[in-house]
Amino acid sequence: MNVSINGKNHEIPPNFTVKQLLQMLQLEQPRVAVAVNAEIVPRSTFDHHQLAAGDRIEILHPVGGG
Amino acid sequence: MSTAYTLGRHRFTSRLIIGSGKYKSFHENLACLEASGAEMMTVALRRVELTTPNGEGLLDVISPKRVVILPNTAGCYTAQDAVLTAKLAREALETDLIKLEVIGDTKTLFPDVPATLEAAKILIQDGFTVLPYITDDPVACKRLEELGCAAVMPLAAPIGSGLGIRNPANLLIILEQAKVPVIVDAGVGTASDAAVAMELGATAVLMNTGIAGAKDPVKMAEAMRLAIAAGRLAYEAGRMPRRLYASASSPLDGIASF
Repeated sequence: MNVSINGKNHEIPPNFTVKQLLQMLQLEQPRVAVAVNAEIVPRSTFDHHQLAAGDRIEILHPVGGG
Repeated sequence: MSTAYTLGRHRFTSRLIIGSGKYKSFHENLACLEASGAEMMTVALRRVELTTPNGEGLLDVISPKRVVILPNTAGCYTAQDAVLTAKLAREALETDLIKLEVIGDTKTLFPDVPATLEAAKILIQDGFTVLPYITDDPVACKRLEELGCAAVMPLAAPIGSGLGIRNPANLLIILEQAKVPVIVDAGVGTASDAAVAMELGATAVLMNTGIAGAKDPVKMAEAMRLAIAAGRLAYEAGRMPRRLYASASSPLDGIASF
């Protein structure tokens, strides 16, 4: 199924969870936060939050800033 | 030396808060952190790079174990975006602290005051310790304090401008009325600007470009540490009154007549 990840279209397997997506992207790090369709996905729900076709996924992390 | 202050449940002795943007490297940032003596550093939240996910990150070099990390909502132009960014920062960094920025204009980066108030209200209800970047407007600062912000952070001058304290009179009014810490945020260009902010009575100063944009950022970080300490001491000492005319320092009696 097609989803948007950080503004770009990606093809991912159906019924993928957020945890599986992060694993696939090698992003299973402690300081990553995820929003799907402008709603926060709490870390505690990564393993059972199922993604759907057309989801807009934002994966963020801390960077230098003022 | 000077007394500690608190922001929510967080206690600080250093009255300098630094940023982590515009440094040449994470290691330069770390050297500046050490030279500045700062106990808190602000960071932004941005998209991860999907092509190189495991490169060395800022917080791999500057561990959150050695400095309190203050996430910010820089780059947000609506209350809704700022609230979501704050919640993501809390997830990513496991902190209740948030430097709330809702920008109203791309050229000046001045805050959107109504949107900042709206976002502050939501975040405070959600349990955040909210530190809002705000215009040097006493009424806006008062409203933010009434909402329950842990501090107010009026700007000295536009972000990254280095113009120093453009409106000391407004800052004095804000300082006089505030019952929460007042942190001067943005616009500090050199050590004397930081000292003036502290002499006026600011609780602390937050700066990024003032250090990162110097020719020798590590040396400037040390200058800022000394200026903040000197300014605070001068504030606690209480300055002499200003006089229009001279007042001789040497005795007027016993002057020889030749």
